[in-house]
Amino acid sequence: MKDDDTVFHALADASRRELLDRLYARDGQTLRELTAGLEMTRQAVSKHLGVLEAADLVVTRRSGREKLHFLNPVPIRLIHDRWIDKYTEHRIAALVDLKTELEENRP
Amino acid sequence: MTSTTVPTTTVQVHRVHIRATPEAVWEAITSPEWTKRYGYHSPADYDLRAGGAYRSLPSEEMVAHGVPADGPVIDGEVLEVDPPRRLVQTWRMLFTPELVAEGFTRLTYEIEPEADGVTTLTVTHDVTDAPITAASVSAPPSDAGGGWSVILSDLKTLLESGEPLYR
Repeated sequence: MKDDDTVFHALADASRRELLDRLYARDGQTLRELTAGLEMTRQAVSKHLGVLEAADLVVTRRSGREKLHFLNPVPIRLIHDRWIDKYTEHRIAALVDLKTELEENRP
Repeated sequence: MTSTTVPTTTVQVHRVHIRATPEAVWEAITSPEWTKRYGYHSPADYDLRAGGAYRSLPSEEMVAHGVPADGPVIDGEVLEVDPPRRLVQTWRMLFTPELVAEGFTRLTYEIEPEADGVTTLTVTHDVTDAPITAASVSAPPSDAGGGWSVILSDLKTLLESGEPLYR
């Protein structure tokens, strides 16, 4: 079972977020493709992908001899549903309250 | 003039871990009683054998918005059935003529038991040459629904808590 800590830890790194962005732009890439154009060694990219995979943000699939990496957005969705919605709802509610109050007190 | 080619995503992989048995997850995907309770609330109608028909029927909300109650909103054909582990099918949305024109995509559900009563569900959707379908099934929540992430998050909450995530 992946917990939120694993996902937050995986996301708390610019290199790993860049790898996710690259998969978002084009899903199903090999390690070689993901390393191309980056100022990181293949070993470093491989290590970052391992962290992303442990957090389930990346899922790998074999296609013949190649290992393809896919972005799995579900853990981010779960965090959004668990955390973000809760706070943004409050914020919107607060703004609505403020608007109502300001309008009622209008001279 | 130069033109930029935007790479097309051809396969989407969505994975979720659910505290439930593989059998419960299988049931939640294939039975009309369960599929009514999460995602688009569309009852699934599966003929669960290779070559069998698949239809997703309109939900009560869809019918209230004018979708014909008798016709399916998604159709397809069952290709492989291995309960409660693997289901492969074709899948085509019928909401607009453009979606119908994109034709059938290929959808694979893989259900794997983990330790501690947790089951991994992986949904692999091959949306090659179906860009409108691809955009639709990867969409965030909206009035028009949302993609696999939204559906699977809802399914997880329903199986684990007995209550759907979205109302």
